[in-house]
Amino acid sequence: MGFFIAQLLTGLANAAALFLVASGLSLIFGVTRIVNFAHGSFYMLGAYVGITLMGVLPGVLGPHFGFWGAIVLTGLIVGLAGALVEIVVLRPIYRAPELFQLVATFGVILVVQDLALMVWGAEDQMGPRAPGLRGVFRILGEPIPKYDIVLICITPFILLALWALIAKTRLGVLVRAATQDREMVAALGVNQRWLFTGVFALGSALASWGGALQLPKGGADLLMDFNIIGPLFVVTVIGGMGSLPGAFIAAVLISVLNVFGVAYMPQSTLVLMFVVMAIVLIVRPYGLLGKEEVAGEHGQSGAPETPIRPFGQRGKIAVAGLLLVLALLPLVTQPFALVLLTDIVIFALFAASLQFILGTGGLVSFGHAAFYGGGAYAAALMVTYAKTPMEIAFLFAPLGAGMLALVIGWFCIRLSGVYFAMLTLAFSQLVWSLVFQWRAVTRGDDGLIDIWPSAWLSGTVPYYYFTLVVGVLGILFLRTVIHAPFGYALRAGRDSARQAEAMGIDVKRVQYVAFALAGALAGLAGGLFVFAKGSVFPTELEIGKSFDALIVVFLGGVKTLSGGIVGASFMAAVEDWLTRLHYWRLLLGLLIIAVVILAPEGIVGSARRLGLRLGLVKHTEAD
Amino acid sequence: MTEILRVENLAKSYGTFEAVKGISFTVREGEMKALIGPNGAGKSTCFNMLTGQIRPTRGEVFLDGARITGLPPRVIWRRGVGRTFQITGTYQSMTVIENVQMALISHNRRVFSLFGRARALYRTEALALLDRAGMADQAERPCSVLAYGDLKKLELAIALAHRPRLLLMDEPTAGMAPSARIALMQLTAEIVAEEGLSVLFTEHDMDVVFAHAHHIMVLNRGELIADGNAAEVRANPQVQEVYLGGGMLFKEIDHA
Repeated sequence: MGFFIAQLLTGLANAAALFLVASGLSLIFGVTRIVNFAHGSFYMLGAYVGITLMGVLPGVLGPHFGFWGAIVLTGLIVGLAGALVEIVVLRPIYRAPELFQLVATFGVILVVQDLALMVWGAEDQMGPRAPGLRGVFRILGEPIPKYDIVLICITPFILLALWALIAKTRLGVLVRAATQDREMVAALGVNQRWLFTGVFALGSALASWGGALQLPKGGADLLMDFNIIGPLFVVTVIGGMGSLPGAFIAAVLISVLNVFGVAYMPQSTLVLMFVVMAIVLIVRPYGLLGKEEVAGEHGQSGAPETPIRPFGQRGKIAVAGLLLVLALLPLVTQPFALVLLTDIVIFALFAASLQFILGTGGLVSFGHAAFYGGGAYAAALMVTYAKTPMEIAFLFAPLGAGMLALVIGWFCIRLSGVYFAMLTLAFSQLVWSLVFQWRAVTRGDDGLIDIWPSAWLSGTVPYYYFTLVVGVLGILFLRTVIHAPFGYALRAGRDSARQAEAMGIDVKRVQYVAFALAGALAGLAGGLFVFAKGSVFPTELEIGKSFDALIVVFLGGVKTLSGGIVGASFMAAVEDWLTRLHYWRLLLGLLIIAVVILAPEGIVGSARRLGLRLGLVKHTEAD
Repeated sequence: MTEILRVENLAKSYGTFEAVKGISFTVREGEMKALIGPNGAGKSTCFNMLTGQIRPTRGEVFLDGARITGLPPRVIWRRGVGRTFQITGTYQSMTVIENVQMALISHNRRVFSLFGRARALYRTEALALLDRAGMADQAERPCSVLAYGDLKKLELAIALAHRPRLLLMDEPTAGMAPSARIALMQLTAEIVAEEGLSVLFTEHDMDVVFAHAHHIMVLNRGELIADGNAAEVRANPQVQEVYLGGGMLFKEIDHA
């Protein structure tokens, strides 16, 4: 019994930080409708700034005022940083489509990561103990850290304070009004810009308090930002987007579950969280206390898309010429360049599969790596355990990934917009944690190795040709589907789901099939990848991998399939060059933010616009 | 004339508020019937229940004697009910003709075809439909650049694509210039006469209603207060109160 209560209390104490971070995310989303991916970064900044201040302030103010003063001050400093990010990065792009804002916040993550590395170094830092709270209480004979008890007592007051702020103050009235109808609030003469900045600052401060408060229990390291995203999104999804009490209940639920998981099922702690989420979502698709998102009838934001056209004569010649050059390249180039090109083709196929559901279908998936890595693992597992010949195992990559997409899609397709995005991300994290923790089968982070192609394909040149053929066929298949009735139906569902339903199209089923197709093709790319490298590690399933694809699609331009391909080539080349530099994340992050703000149509879109201006591309009416 | 649509005691509540309070009516084959009433009377709610966008709280809807209550919009569409919306929902990223082709593709159950060019499918039929709606000359224009009145015509062409037996038009002429209103309803009336389909439409413009509707129903605060031909509806004292005694109406709304 004592052990049970001790576990429960530890869980409750852990919930404090998680709730603070989640409430900030929820608040920001409610008012600005932006899913702030950089939220984990403010959590991490909170931890680092907190450590620094805790090293300085106690000498000036005494131990108690020093420690707690440091925590309060951390919120102010990081809050200011949040305001700065909002003004510089987000303010110019509120009217842009969701994806642009997400990619921009991802750029912020990269910048913050390198800034933290510059200022605080790569070493993990231990958090200082809270003054006067070093010891333990004994509850039924079990030691409970005093600091945990303090955290448990503080959290409800934070919830109460936040609730009072939202329910009782003028700022709260504005926040609630903006959550319901932003346009109306603007029409009533409220200066939205500062409301948004204020809310973003408050949300960032809350995240940083989460980071600072957990210091005596943990510390600060450079992986904190990504590590919190999984639990953070699970909490937000379970609680319901934009609901503070929901975030509180979910944070408690997940934290307690986690502690018990560690005690009783140490192999499946990560998976457990996602299983609970899946169960909650089957029963309540919008979370415990969330409300269904009512899609507006005001149409899409941003400029309407130009109708798609099959390539004209000149376009066909250009593509054929490019393919010819790619086919002849092995005769003249170094093997090294071929390896890079193989990577680019694989990446282009992966990106094209994401572009298919994202651009054509309007389904912003944040977890596409689950299918890329899933395909790679499906093939690798066949080779490792069944000694399957490469030709057969390779087929299991698209097959396995497609089946995985059917399972994940069954949960995700029922939702739309931000809920869909978060759920796909959470599911990809589930797949990642499965692979990472189920060591007996997947060998965890040791990865599966010795996965080589058959003799006739081994060697750089034959495998390059193999990749080229499969990759090009895959992309051509996607292109055919986009121009086929199915692709049109997918686009119809994106443009106006109501109209599509009213003309006999089962929009959700079309999206489900598209999701599975995209998953299978991402798996195909993963299959190409695993035999190119001879091994696969859980990193191929990570959030970062999903984001690589998102950024590539975005960089190239969301609207056309070629966008994904151009973006992939650009990204592979830039990364190859950038990663040789010390602070490449900082540069890449700044580059992404610059593209978002300056060239929101991506490389292909912006090039097209430039071509229009120079008279190289024919003008169509919608331009 | 046989009846094509029968509505029995149809109602929709939102919490304690009853938007539609148990209305019953029929639409007969080949007739143009108008559903009118002040703002907030429940016209759109009623339409959305007939075509499946909203599930009724109680009551039944029968199409040709078969129960269609609560079926999803796409199933009701397949049974032969067309629909246009108050706020148009055409596909912005497609051309005018592609919008019509999409309806034809769905009608011919080709939505899940992964191969073949959608642009090449059912072009002749689509052009004929556009021609019918007076939109053939704009077939290749992107939908996103159309004038509002032309969007309404396009919607009509789309709604006719699967040869519906019953067409529901929610505010077909809202936001159009008066001359364009008359023209669009004239066109609709011609199509009705030629194809023998039935039309149920809501409308604010009384000129349009009295010029084209064979029968008129008046909805006020969720209740059907009149159902008859133009003369009967004009003579109905309750209708006169709602429409002519506007002052009364607004006062009561102020209290509510």
